[in-house]
Amino acid sequence: MNMIQAINSALDICMERDKDIVVLGEDVGYFGGVFKATEHLQKKHGKTRVFDTPITECGIIGVAVGMCTYGLRPVPEIQFADYIYPALDQLVSEAARLRYRSAGEYTAPMTVRSPFGGGIFGGQTHSQSPEAIFTHVAGLKTVIPSNPYDAKGLLIAAIEDNDPVIFFEPKRIYNGPFDGHYGKPVTPWAKHPSSAVPEGYYRIPLGKAATVREGNDVTILCYGTMVHVTAGVVAESGIDAEIIDLRTLVPLDIEAIEASVKKTGRCVIVHEATRTSGFGAELSALVQERCFHSLEAPIERVTGWDTPYPHSLEWAYFPGPVRLGQALKRVMES
Amino acid sequence: MDEDARRNMRPLSLHVPEPRFRPGDAVDFADFDIPDVAAAPRPDIGAMPEEMRSLAYGLVRVLDLDGASGGAWAPRLSPERLVAMLRHMALVRAFDDRMYRVQRQGKTSFYMKCTGEEATSIAAAYALDRDDMCFPSYRQQGLLIARDWSLVDMMCQIYSNRGDRLKGRQMPIMYSAKEASFFSISGNLATQMPQAVGFAMASASRGDTRIAACWCGEGSTAEGDFHSACTFASVYRAPVIINVINNQWAISSFSGFAGAESTTFAARAVGYGIAGLRVDGNDALAVYAATEWAAERARNNFGPTLIEHFTYRAEGHSTSDDPTKYRSAEERSAWPLGDPIARLKQHLIAIGAWDEERHAAMDREVAEEVKAAGKEAEKQGVLGDGLHQPFTTMFEDVFEELPWHLEEQSRQMVEERKAAGI
Ligand SMILES: Cc1ncc(C[n+]2csc(CCOP(=O)(O)OP(=O)(O)O)c2C)c(N)n1
Repeated sequence: MNMIQAINSALDICMERDKDIVVLGEDVGYFGGVFKATEHLQKKHGKTRVFDTPITECGIIGVAVGMCTYGLRPVPEIQFADYIYPALDQLVSEAARLRYRSAGEYTAPMTVRSPFGGGIFGGQTHSQSPEAIFTHVAGLKTVIPSNPYDAKGLLIAAIEDNDPVIFFEPKRIYNGPFDGHYGKPVTPWAKHPSSAVPEGYYRIPLGKAATVREGNDVTILCYGTMVHVTAGVVAESGIDAEIIDLRTLVPLDIEAIEASVKKTGRCVIVHEATRTSGFGAELSALVQERCFHSLEAPIERVTGWDTPYPHSLEWAYFPGPVRLGQALKRVMES
Repeated sequence: MDEDARRNMRPLSLHVPEPRFRPGDAVDFADFDIPDVAAAPRPDIGAMPEEMRSLAYGLVRVLDLDGASGGAWAPRLSPERLVAMLRHMALVRAFDDRMYRVQRQGKTSFYMKCTGEEATSIAAAYALDRDDMCFPSYRQQGLLIARDWSLVDMMCQIYSNRGDRLKGRQMPIMYSAKEASFFSISGNLATQMPQAVGFAMASASRGDTRIAACWCGEGSTAEGDFHSACTFASVYRAPVIINVINNQWAISSFSGFAGAESTTFAARAVGYGIAGLRVDGNDALAVYAATEWAAERARNNFGPTLIEHFTYRAEGHSTSDDPTKYRSAEERSAWPLGDPIARLKQHLIAIGAWDEERHAAMDREVAEEVKAAGKEAEKQGVLGDGLHQPFTTMFEDVFEELPWHLEEQSRQMVEERKAAGI
């Protein structure tokens, strides 16, 4: 399965198991979503459980909060993560705080799915990685899969979770892993071990990172598309790096991070989002607080630049193999 | 209420709208009610919104389907002006066709056509003054073309090439042309609507004479920004024209998902106490007349007008879209209000100002004009060939001055590319 099919399968299985689950969003019904993640779901589960919505992201999330209040478990789709901003108030001030402000009387067990990230010539409004904004909000969980197997297991866990979850899908790797080289064709997922996705139910717990590669020289913390860019660079570099795919940013697998950095003594953080106040800043602070005495080199951050995503220059923006390779070299030499 | 009583109540049911025709369905618009051109009265520009409620539910029309014109809204335009309008509409279509093709050839990443909707921006632009400020969505390329903006400039933007004044940063078709009083296009739907109202309020508060106009699709009227725009426009009687292009489809979602089963989009105006007009958007004369009326109203401090342009999106949503996956392929040809270019052409022929030969010659000329502009633009590069802007331009214009962190990142990028030999 590719990542879209894995996500589709997770939605299908959850809807079969739990009649309270509903899928809503722009174009998700008959058409099956602009990326086809919800294909066939309306036909199978009916149009009162899978339906198109008016184009109002604030409305979609607000309505989802109300559905939660009734007892449903909505899985809203925001067509592109760039369009989640109009829904921010409903997410930040409402969904995220419902449990806290009502002392558990009301909750918002919804999973907001949204494709994010660049590398598709989408320009500044179809490329952003806004995950840091959501990790900053108390009460929201943030999940980002990097492969089909994880996408399915994590999405099932997110949908079953009783807290609101932001589930960002790296659209650059919907159809296959990607090594960060512009112009190089994407190899389909079919050739990747993680595409061996079981048809049935399984879950991957939120808050557990995956060690993509074990190593002793440096820990690389990454997620989403960047896991593949990192794996490619490490394979070419000959550096014995440990690659950790965080999978969920909140809750974060701090134990895995701490154990790895204490073992390797070096840390490189990779994400596609802009650098300033990005999630890398949080990771860097955590590593410094908890592993200071084990560090043999300054922590490096490899990120997108602090500019909007520039359409024609996106390959100079994208934190690809060149930027990462040089950071790795620096950290190994210091 | 106790449980027993509840058990005897009828279960509720949820209504989810469905379009009339899906792929493979035969299309029948026989019950489609087209009001007569004489049906819509033309109120005084100072009339109170409540005196013209019926206009928000009817359809302002000037051209009937045989090419004759009539009714209270018929504008008195010279045949020369009508021909000029026709030519601009044909130019938009030729431009779209070529740009669609170059996207398919891999010369650029994306394109969006406005086929079938040409009248909604060309005729509107003819009724506005050249310096009235336009806040467009992504299907109003006709505004620039009607203002005789350089096709080469538009194409350079689409190619993100050396000639792109926007420095290759914006997706194709997201133009910006301050000189043409054309606001920079956002990818986020409906954000331009309150901005237009703000411009109009500013112009009014300064005692200026410029008015503002904005455009969004019927799907986008669901966004909160649209409603904020209407509220401000109403409260401050802003000199603004709020245009809703109802082309029946928002990607795969038919207009019912924006509320069309319950009321019209022009009727949104009623709740806000704004003048509302529903117009045949495939009738260039009706679009012209309605826009001219709304502009006069705004210029005379009678406040905003919301115009719904009732039209049909004849092509896909964008180059990323396949409309045959969600709507009947027959819809386009069966559309009861026809094609705006064909209708204006037919009218001009009916009044003896045009003929098939001249029309065919015009089509050849506009195709040549577009082709020549395309060649010119391609001399400055196409996106498919790679980067055309110096990559450090990426860091410009984030702020007025380059702060230390961007300076540092810019330097880092130069070094990293040098080290990598690129
Ligand atoms: C805030 C926001 N949400 C979603 C989108 C994705 N999107 C782009 S175009 C579109 C449909 C718009 O339909 P409509 O307003 O009717 O205009 P049309 O394309 O039909 O001209 C959608 C959902 C977006 N660009 N911005």
